[in-house]
Parts: sequence; C-alpha cells; structure tokens
Amino acid sequence: MIWNEEFETLPREALESLQLKRLKATVDRVYATVPFYKKKFDETGLKPAHIKSLADLKLLPFTVKTDLRDNYPFGLFSVPMESVVRVHASSGTTGKPIVVGYTKRDIDTWAELMARTLTAAGIHKGDIVHNSYGYGLFTGGLGAHYGAERIGASVIPISGGNTKRQIMIMKDFGPTAITCTPSYALHLADVARDMGIDPAKDFKIRVGCFGAEPWSEKMREQIEKIYNIDAVDIFGLTEVIGPGVSSECIEAKKGLHVFEDHFIPEIINPETGEPLPYGEKGELVFTSITKEAFPVIRYRTRDISCLNPELCICGRTFVRMERITGRTDDMLIIRGVNVFPSQIESALMQIEGLEPHYQLIVDRKNNLDTIEVQVEVNEKIFSDEVKRLEIIEKRVVHDIKEMFGVSCKCTLVEPKTIQRSEGKAQRVIDKRKL
Amino acid sequence: MKVEQISVFLENKSGRLAEVMRVLGSAGINIRALSIADTSDFGILRIIVNDKEKALKALKEKDFTVSKTEVVAVEVPDKPGGLAQILDLLDKKGVNVEYMYAFIERSSENAVIIFRFDGNDKAIEVLTTAGIVILDGSKVYNL
Repeated sequence: MIWNEEFETLPREALESLQLKRLKATVDRVYATVPFYKKKFDETGLKPAHIKSLADLKLLPFTVKTDLRDNYPFGLFSVPMESVVRVHASSGTTGKPIVVGYTKRDIDTWAELMARTLTAAGIHKGDIVHNSYGYGLFTGGLGAHYGAERIGASVIPISGGNTKRQIMIMKDFGPTAITCTPSYALHLADVARDMGIDPAKDFKIRVGCFGAEPWSEKMREQIEKIYNIDAVDIFGLTEVIGPGVSSECIEAKKGLHVFEDHFIPEIINPETGEPLPYGEKGELVFTSITKEAFPVIRYRTRDISCLNPELCICGRTFVRMERITGRTDDMLIIRGVNVFPSQIESALMQIEGLEPHYQLIVDRKNNLDTIEVQVEVNEKIFSDEVKRLEIIEKRVVHDIKEMFGVSCKCTLVEPKTIQRSEGKAQRVIDKRKL
Repeated sequence: MKVEQISVFLENKSGRLAEVMRVLGSAGINIRALSIADTSDFGILRIIVNDKEKALKALKEKDFTVSKTEVVAVEVPDKPGGLAQILDLLDKKGVNVEYMYAFIERSSENAVIIFRFDGNDKAIEVLTTAGIVILDGSKVYNL
C-alpha cells in the first residue's frame, strides 16, 4: 500500500529534478540563515550558486554530530524561534543533547512521512495502533503518533514502560498494529507469556513497525513467529527528522525505501569521505531538502549501510537502504538509547579514586539489553569494609542511570584483569547476537 | 594496643583465594587469623599474618589490591556468655562492631577474637577499664 502515490512513485527523472530544485533552495536557505553553514561554505569558497546538479552535492561540506553539539541548543536553527512549534532532542548524551526544531510545516511533513511509513507496513484507517515508542523529547513516540493520526488510525499513546499494563491493554483494546523497538516487542512477548497470554492467539495484532535500534533478520523471524504478524523495519534519526526517513514495504520487506523527495541519501567511504556507488557498503549520509527549522547538509550518521536502486515490487521508485549493519564509531545503542563508551568513562572519572580501567559488557538477556560496567579496584577505593565498596558500585549504577536513563550493573574486578591492549583498549564487549 | 590486619580484594571466581594462599605460602608467611566477607561479585579477605610487611610486598607484586587496617584483638573468656559480656559492655557505651572473627590460636585459657569497631580507641578504653585483656600486635603476630 502506498500513502502518496504521486510522490512515492515519481519517475526517477522527475524525482531528481525535484530533488535538485529542493536542494538548491535548502542550500540557499542555510547559507543565508545559519552562520555555521555560511562559515563552512566560505572556508572553501563555495557559493550556493555552485550547486548546479545533484552531482554537485559532493562539493558541500559534511556535518557531524559534534557540529550539532557545538551549536547547542538552537544555533543551527534556520528560522526564528517564534516559527518553531516544537523541539525534540536526541537520547542519551552527557549533559548536552542534540536539539532539533520543527516549524508547523515540518511537523506536517513529518506526519506525512510517518503516514507513508505506516501505510508501507499495511496499516490503514480502521487499524488500532499500540504506540510503545517513548513520548517526550525522543522523536519516536510523537513521530509515530502523528503519522498514525494522519492516516486516520486509532492511536493508543501508551509510550514505553509499565509492561504488564501494556499487555492488559493489548489484550483488552485489541490493537491491530504495534510500533516499538524490536527488543521491546520481544520483551513484551516474554512478559505476556509469563502472564499466561499467548501473543499469537490472544492479541489481534497483524503488523508491527520496529526501529530505533539495530536488529536482524533472525529477530524479525522470531517476532513474526511469536506474534504471528508481519514485522517491518523502519528507520530514522533525530538529527534528520526522527522516524520517517526510510521504511520497508510489507510487500518486499527487503531494504528500506528512503523518502527521497525529502532526503537525499549518500553512501561514503568513512575514511576518505568519497561518495561510493550504489551497492557498495559505507557510511550513510543524509541531506534534508524540505526541512525548514533544522535543515541538515550531508549529515554523517556513522551508520553503515548500502543503497539499492533496483525497482521494488511495491512500485515505489525510491532507492532502498540495506538494514543498518554497524557503526563507524563506537556508539552503542542500549534499549534504544545512544551510549558512547567515552561518556561512561567521564561518568566514572567523576567518582573520586576511580581509574579509567573499565570495561563494558553488553548483552541481551530475555530480549532486553543489559550493560555491565566492570571497574578495577585500586588502593584508593579499596576498603576492608564491604559496605564502602558497595557504595562505589551503587554510585556507578546511579550516575549512569542519571546520565542515560539506562540501568546497569557495576562489578568491581581485580586490578589488571581488564585486558590492556597496545594502543586502543578494548572497552566494549558486545555479546549481543542480533 | 592495636593489631594490623591486611585486607585483600578478591573477585568471586574460582582459584582466587588459592592464589593468595600460594603467594603467601611461597613468601614464607604464616597466617594467624582470617575471615572472608563476601558479596555475589567480590570478597574481601582479611588476614593477620606473622610478617605483614613481607606479606603486603608479596601480594602487591602479584597485583592484588591490598590495604592495612587497625583492628583490636580481645581475649574472651572461653566459657558460656564470655562474648556476650564483652559485647554488652561495648553496647552500653555506644560502640558498634563493624565486623569480627575468631582467632585460630588460643591465648592461655582464653579465646581471641579480632574486632573492628566504629571507634577502636573508645572500645579499647571501655574494655581495658573493665579489665578485659587486649592483646598487643607483637604478641598476636607470634601467637
């Protein structure tokens, strides 16, 4: 099913000419209104007028996460604050999150994109959508909510958490679609079964849109079997708009269609920055071409993917990006929250006496991500009293919870048990098998 | 009047205690008293040895995390109610026991118990005033 037949099936030629027109307008806009972009353009002598074709995209400078952080909170907004009707922020960062803004039209665009996403999964008016993405600064909840309302579905804005209550509602309200992270879908199923409820028989769910964290074909099979549903992969990131950047279609479930009339995707070599041809794996880069409040130029996602231009059986002409297969940096996604080991390190360093000899063990138990922080005991923190060591463990758990909203376990270990490698220490052991 | 105890951090995994004993054994250290406080993840081995400096050096060389703590060795009458009488004295004066463990050797007709109080000096004062014998470090190391 296609929400916006006209745009989603535009012949490539027409699509590309639309992209060029919109790209030029976006470049003009950021040059004129965002000092950060003007400065970056001027440094290389680039003028908006130099962008004459889509191939000229590669002339534009990249934007990276630290650029966004350096301009906290509203420095990259391209409209006056009075035109911004909403802000969102990225999850799980030390102190300063990444803040994005939306004009009234941006919210409208976003609702359109999420309407496309849900329609691509076969969700329509008459469906009841159980939306377990978190509501709040996180883009997931409200993004999916507006899309579901746009198509005329009935939304249950349950947000995250309180799993048993969610299951009761799923049983009693009879939602036909669910939107949440794939790991939460599996966790919900586990808890349901503990309560004597069979997700395949006792729920009316037909389809689920899952995203906000990396998952795999194996997990898809698992979710589809447990719930007896179609599980569709959706993708987005706060910096670009939130969910609604790309989505699979239920017809093929093979790669995510990038909504190219709003975002231009590129795959680059993460080392050299050179654009790579279709089919080659590299870092995914997005340029927004319709956003007003927070346009991004060649934003480096650090996600690894590749683009497939083959025409899809669903009829959409948009290229498909492959499911995200990794990161070019060491960012971890723990229960949908972005966590950098360096942030955990700085949290540990706040605790008097601790040394930066630590290791993070990430695992997935009962379908929930777990993180264990192992810290070496040294003479400064060691005590003959158990309670003093337990205070340190509790402090680590507390501080990390405060910072990321993620519960972890802290284990004190003997000195020199954490491997020290030459050069970069191996800080993370990710045991999750997706 | 106080005795120096060595504490050693141990991860809760097999072979760690044995390793400490091997290190001490090959350094020729004799253990006079010991106890282990444990949680699900780690343990703290507390020992009193005949040569603490040598023991500390040997353990540090093997990368163990160690610390020294002052504890009090108290002679407790080896009869029913012996320990109760001592704890009662301390309780009345508001001294709290952080932890305690029994000594392996006996001193004359009495048992020896190692105490770590929240106020060691106060405890010593209370006990000596009541005529309880506190053993000196030099005596304890060589019992």
